[in-house]
Amino acid sequence: MNPRLKIKMCGSNVKVFYAQKEILHGIHLDIPENRVTALIGPSGCGKSTFLRCLNRMNDTIEGARVTGQILLDEEDIYDPSVDVVELRSRVGMVFQKPNPFPKSIYENVAYGPRIHGLAKSRVDLDEIIEQSLLKAGLFHEVKDRLHDAGTSLSGGQQQRLCIARAIAVRPEVILMDEPCSALDPIATARIEELIDDLRRNYTITIVTHSMQQAARVSQFTAMFHMGNLVEVGTTKTIFTSPGEQRTQDYITGRFG
Amino acid sequence: MSGPSVIFSVLLLGSGGFLVSCGWARIIEARGTRMHSRSHYYGWWTFLIVVIPSLVFFIFWSICTNLYLENKASSSCHTTAGDMAQSCSVLVKMAHDLAHKLVLDDHFRNSQEDHDAVLQNILGKRKILFSLDNKEHIVSIAIEWAQRIKKFHMIGTIITFVLAILSCFVGIFSVSPERRSRNRVECVTVFWLMLASSIVILITVGIVLSMLFQTISFFQSVSLANFFFGTVWDPRFSAVDSEEVVGQFGLIPLLAGTLYIAFIAMLFAIPVGLFSAIYLAEYTVPWLRGIIKPLLEILAGIPTIVYGFFALAVLGPFLHDLSIFLASGHAFIMAQSALTAGLVMGIMLVPFVSSLSDDIITAVPRSLRDGSFGLGATQSETIWRVILPAAFPGIVASLLLTASRAIGETMIVVLAAGVVARLTINPFEAMTTITVKIVNQLTGDFEFNSPQTLVAFALGMTLLVLTLLMNIVALYVVRKYREQYE
Ligand SMILES: Nc1ncnc2c1ncn2[C@@H]1O[C@H](COP(=O)(O)OP(=O)(O)O)[C@@H](O)[C@H]1O
Ligand SMILES: [Mg+2]
Repeated sequence: MNPRLKIKMCGSNVKVFYAQKEILHGIHLDIPENRVTALIGPSGCGKSTFLRCLNRMNDTIEGARVTGQILLDEEDIYDPSVDVVELRSRVGMVFQKPNPFPKSIYENVAYGPRIHGLAKSRVDLDEIIEQSLLKAGLFHEVKDRLHDAGTSLSGGQQQRLCIARAIAVRPEVILMDEPCSALDPIATARIEELIDDLRRNYTITIVTHSMQQAARVSQFTAMFHMGNLVEVGTTKTIFTSPGEQRTQDYITGRFG
Repeated sequence: MSGPSVIFSVLLLGSGGFLVSCGWARIIEARGTRMHSRSHYYGWWTFLIVVIPSLVFFIFWSICTNLYLENKASSSCHTTAGDMAQSCSVLVKMAHDLAHKLVLDDHFRNSQEDHDAVLQNILGKRKILFSLDNKEHIVSIAIEWAQRIKKFHMIGTIITFVLAILSCFVGIFSVSPERRSRNRVECVTVFWLMLASSIVILITVGIVLSMLFQTISFFQSVSLANFFFGTVWDPRFSAVDSEEVVGQFGLIPLLAGTLYIAFIAMLFAIPVGLFSAIYLAEYTVPWLRGIIKPLLEILAGIPTIVYGFFALAVLGPFLHDLSIFLASGHAFIMAQSALTAGLVMGIMLVPFVSSLSDDIITAVPRSLRDGSFGLGATQSETIWRVILPAAFPGIVASLLLTASRAIGETMIVVLAAGVVARLTINPFEAMTTITVKIVNQLTGDFEFNSPQTLVAFALGMTLLVLTLLMNIVALYVVRKYREQYE
């Protein structure tokens, strides 16, 4: 990996147990800053589980346990002194299925800034919301109906709303778990463009099922298989000359 | 043949038709023809067309002939008894009883002659005494009636069987590869399901209508204004002089009492129930939830009279003594008071509120929680800003449902707040509600069509409209927010 790149997050020997069953068997993975890292691999191999370790979303699951170390800017996020709530505001998450809150578009985006007290005034808040919607590429479509229900948007718009909602908290890292799997090709293309734009300001980790998507949007790719990290490298290397047979097989569609 | 045995025979015939059609369909299939439906559908179709038309006919026939005979008897009674219409209905009723006894009596069925002996026997058994002229009269009507019943029943039975046998043949002979029995059985099934649900609606309409008529006849003796705007409730006073009905049927004190006690109850039940629901749904570990939730549901099943005991024996005296203690000697809380009733009713409602709300809160999709946590929200922020708003329509609906229970509650009020209709805003005094007065008026020894009794129907109607309005509001709220959020 390019030594000039700053490592934003770094997992070492990460193991996850669901009720005593080991799901991830010691993952070592670096996530470089301002780059898109794609996690690929067959279903059930633990991609989502790993992603959820990065902002401690696994804490909300009954019976889940994480061991090992995950650093965010050299700081262990599983350290008891770490405030989970603050961590999650630095490492935001976009989910597989668009999950806007049952509130207006405006309120959806305002949710994060409100709970974290990011806006001093109403004008401030309006500004944050406009900026977030702009960055998520949604502003021009919804600027006349900011007070309509977020759930009244189309699936692709809802997902961009969720991205805007995540951006509004001003995170450093954005985690995306198959953000396009519920969307049609056009909406997918828009989100992919968006991810590329966002890369300049954020570090992005994306789980994807689509090889093309990984190839299109990411600079680095990590291949998972059955709870292990098979290999990681630049997307170009992984897709043109993978070091492992399993990666080769998966990419060419022989299993998965 | 008695009614039940007719029904049983028809069912038996239907089962036979089922077996034969089924078997025939199998035979055709075995010969190598592809049938449209599986063989048992042909059987079911035959069964249905045997059983349904003939039984519907039989029941319809029985009801109609019964009405016809009743009519006939009463008209013949009228012609003989002349203008004594009042006693005539009594006579007809006696004749009706006798006739049905006669029909069931074996002797009557077997021997055509010895009616008198049989009748004597029946009358002796039932210890009915008639004056002589009355008796002859009734006996002759009853005998005629019984004979007619026998005749009509016979005709009905024969037609029923002819119908059943005919349709059995139709069913069996229509078994053919092209016949779409499966689809037809489906249609009939849908029809029955529809019938079942429309029965509920019809019964509701019937209840409302019956209440409506009594209410109307109540308002013929008491004016609308005096009922709806009257502030004095004293129906008994007018019994002394039936002309002075006006002014004593004031609804206001009862309505105020009802709403006041329900208000106190909800004031207690909403926060306690809602908070315990939030705790249950969001904070308990599964095993604790597994204990508390069933307990709450058991609590919801306790008969309200038990809560009434609690109010009467424990809470009422306690509050009374407490007020003596607080005001040093002056008991400002009566032993029976709106406060006691409201509190106990609130206790009764807590399980409803919390159990219903808990279901609604847990039904909020996990993805919303995840979304909120993923943005760095704490648990309570998530609950107050995401989960509760999402559950809001459901919670409002459940609260209104609970409020209807509070308004309809009777037992607790009788025991805890008393039966005195009083218009006051002092919650420490005795009050009463609409439901209590309904029971009071219907169980009092008034004549049935006196305004004192009929007022119960007007009160019931008011209650019905009140709860109906609440349900409409609930529906409106739910729909409005659903549109906005889903
Ligand atoms: N909440 C849970 N409880 C128990 N096992 C789980 C849970 N979530 C996921 N798993 C298991 O962990 C494994 C990895 O799941 P996941 O990370 O969702 O895979 P994917 O790579 O498809 O995202 C799967 O075998 C799944 O069955
Ligand atoms: Mg997954």
